Amino acid sequence: MADDRDVTDDVAAEQPSAETPSGGPSELFSDLTGVGRFDWRSNALVPLLAIISALIVGALIIAFGDLDTLKLWGSDPGEAFSQTWTTVKDAYVALFEGAVGGWTPISETLTRAAPLILAGLAVAVGFQAGLFNIGANGQMLIGGMFALVIGFQFSLPGIIHIPLVIAGGLLGGAIWGAIPGYLRAKTGAHEVITTIMLNFIALRLVDYLLTVNYFQLEGRNDPVSKSVAESARYPRLLSADWIPFEFTRIPRVHIGIIIAVITAWVIWWILYRSTIGFEFRAVGANPDGARYAGMNVIWLYVGVMAVAGALAGLGGADQVAGTLGRATPGFVGVIGFDAIALALLGRSHPAGVVAAGLLFGGLAAGGQQMQVAADVGIDIVQVIQALIIMFIAAPALIKAIYRVKAETEAAQLTSGWGT
Amino acid sequence: MTTTTEHREVRTPAEVRRAKILAVVYLVLALIALVVFALGTEGSATFGLSRANDTIALPDLTISASGLGFIVTAVLAFLGAQQWMRGFGSKTNLVLALGMVLFLFAFLAWAAAGASFSLVGIFQEAIKRAVPITFGAISGVLCERTGIINIGIEGMLLAGAFTGAVAGSTLGAWPGMILAALVGGLLALLLAVLTVRYRVDQIIAGVVINIFVLGLTSFYTSQILVDNPQLNNAPIMRAWEIPLLSDIPFAGPVLFAQNVFVYAMYLLVAISAFALFRTKWGLRTRAVGEKPRAADTVGINVFRMKYLNVLIGGFVAGFGGAYFTIGSVGRFDENMTAGRGFIGLAAMIFGRWHPVGALSAALVFGFADSLQVKLGILDTPIPSEFLAMAPYLVTIVVVAGLVGRSRPPSDYAAYVKE
Repeated sequence: MADDRDVTDDVAAEQPSAETPSGGPSELFSDLTGVGRFDWRSNALVPLLAIISALIVGALIIAFGDLDTLKLWGSDPGEAFSQTWTTVKDAYVALFEGAVGGWTPISETLTRAAPLILAGLAVAVGFQAGLFNIGANGQMLIGGMFALVIGFQFSLPGIIHIPLVIAGGLLGGAIWGAIPGYLRAKTGAHEVITTIMLNFIALRLVDYLLTVNYFQLEGRNDPVSKSVAESARYPRLLSADWIPFEFTRIPRVHIGIIIAVITAWVIWWILYRSTIGFEFRAVGANPDGARYAGMNVIWLYVGVMAVAGALAGLGGADQVAGTLGRATPGFVGVIGFDAIALALLGRSHPAGVVAAGLLFGGLAAGGQQMQVAADVGIDIVQVIQALIIMFIAAPALIKAIYRVKAETEAAQLTSGWGT
Repeated sequence: MTTTTEHREVRTPAEVRRAKILAVVYLVLALIALVVFALGTEGSATFGLSRANDTIALPDLTISASGLGFIVTAVLAFLGAQQWMRGFGSKTNLVLALGMVLFLFAFLAWAAAGASFSLVGIFQEAIKRAVPITFGAISGVLCERTGIINIGIEGMLLAGAFTGAVAGSTLGAWPGMILAALVGGLLALLLAVLTVRYRVDQIIAGVVINIFVLGLTSFYTSQILVDNPQLNNAPIMRAWEIPLLSDIPFAGPVLFAQNVFVYAMYLLVAISAFALFRTKWGLRTRAVGEKPRAADTVGINVFRMKYLNVLIGGFVAGFGGAYFTIGSVGRFDENMTAGRGFIGLAAMIFGRWHPVGALSAALVFGFADSLQVKLGILDTPIPSEFLAMAPYLVTIVVVAGLVGRSRPPSDYAAYVKE
């Protein structure tokens, strides 16, 4: 990717635009992904404005989904406006309450945030190394299947079983992630294409495996897997014996969120405090420089993608052993795609990813409430997420709308399919 | 790097290695054909070559499955040997596709041994299923030839399908198709503005379009279409038999007794192939894609060409999306494209960024798709999911250059005018 864009000092001097420094793609790259520097405008203000803009556009989309009120605009605009206002307000209030309005919503938010954070880290680690990992979904599926097998095959004490399940998720995801890394390093096949294709292969593979006797729940014809053993289930954080408030159903939040946050910290440590993390970031900033510095770029690509895959696989294990307790077709939904938004929003920094993951978890949990209480479909959440990425990826848009003086220039992450 | 002498091309070691790997692939396929299809089965497969009411009816074709297996084994072994010794040059992918078709044919005979099976039916179905894939792939070709990656094909198809359903129900089929194309164009315009004007990363812009359209169409389906079924009941384009041509035995019903989307596909492939490689517009498009700076220097308006081509690509994808509703079932369902746009992307790569190549790849993928349905009926030991995986696997193999190499034609970096 970067070989052909990696400007040497000579070329940089010829570049007419002063904003292209000799660091090659890293400066442009850092604008988009937040890799390599901290600037409060681009790291805090732009994301915030992007979220607000996305919510505003989302409100318009909700308003257009209400046909009866739309008809009213012709005859009685005032009434139509107030009705639209009520619809949108109710929806966003429900969204907010469903995310943080009480213990059960918070539990839902945390439950949903865990796999999002892990998948977001998978994308962010790729960004840090200059790789675009669209394959988090497939990596989650394969990691989840590994965790599933370990989960139902053995019966062990929980203290051993759960770490084994986690290891299974890490391993499965790492294998699925290492494939595009290896292909990229050895053959130059662009990771965007290979990870997209591997997503679908993983999806079909899971569809198939769920119909195989070994995986399928006994006595079922539909594709549902056996349940993981009780000892392999992630323990819940709240139990009937220990709960600080009145409840009708015990909130289902489990240790997945703790695992996710610890993982984020570990990834931060690896990226910013360890040699291998330095090499990851170096290869992202300047592959040629990394090569001249004696790093083995080929194996770094494989390593980065394996680590990214392992993180996503851990997210898959979270779904299987934590939230669902079994595997169903496409059991990770579109978490792997939300993860791209999340990594961009979190500026590819582990702490940012955790924050963005909590936000998206809240959107997912609140969306459920919005659907029930305000009769506004949960799919609007996905639209809002897409809008958030769009506004983040085009800082010039935000700049133009809000006249922010952020020194951001839209960035190129990839230069195409080539090598 | 590569020097050409008068007699033969000198190949790089990597190319030689690739050719050898491909040869091994042929030999492995030949081995499978020999062991599984030729030796592992008895009985004959009966293939129906005409429909009941065809003007010229062909007799059913009865083939001994093992006999065909032996023949295909021999052909594949020959291709393997030829590949090993001399290679097929620029026809490598074509020969590979032919080899795959033969292999599939032997596979069909093996799967259908002892049963009867309508070949007309499966080929008709294959062509239909190739339609959205081809439209998606050609949309991709048009965008990528001008230097913009279009990952958003899936979203454009889905938006076209949704618009086709709603506009088709309210305004009729033809306005529905036109509006679907326009909505595809609108999304393409978004892609173009984001990538050309704001220089957003092309892949992110495409991902945004996919997520946005999936969310938006699902949202409006649950908010509006579920309660208003009259808005989700588009008229369906019926098959229209072309006089005379549809009377040709076998090829007639397969190629010329289809609906208007299929004919539009033929036209699109012909026109885009001609336009890209034989017209001034095509030359400029490719110049802008390959060397934007040079194109700019000779006075081509790079930005206008990019906008124009991406816009046309959007029209194509939006129109192709309408196939799902107006051309097929008339009703929109959430995420009904189910990854066809990405298969279109794969077809584009497999077809080496050429409209005809894209069509060929789409036909192969469409065939795999229709086979998947038939296999469930025939009760073979091969799970249909593996056939569904095939296009994706083939694409990885092709981009990795393990077998034949598919290289992108353009310089995708955002163009900055001096």
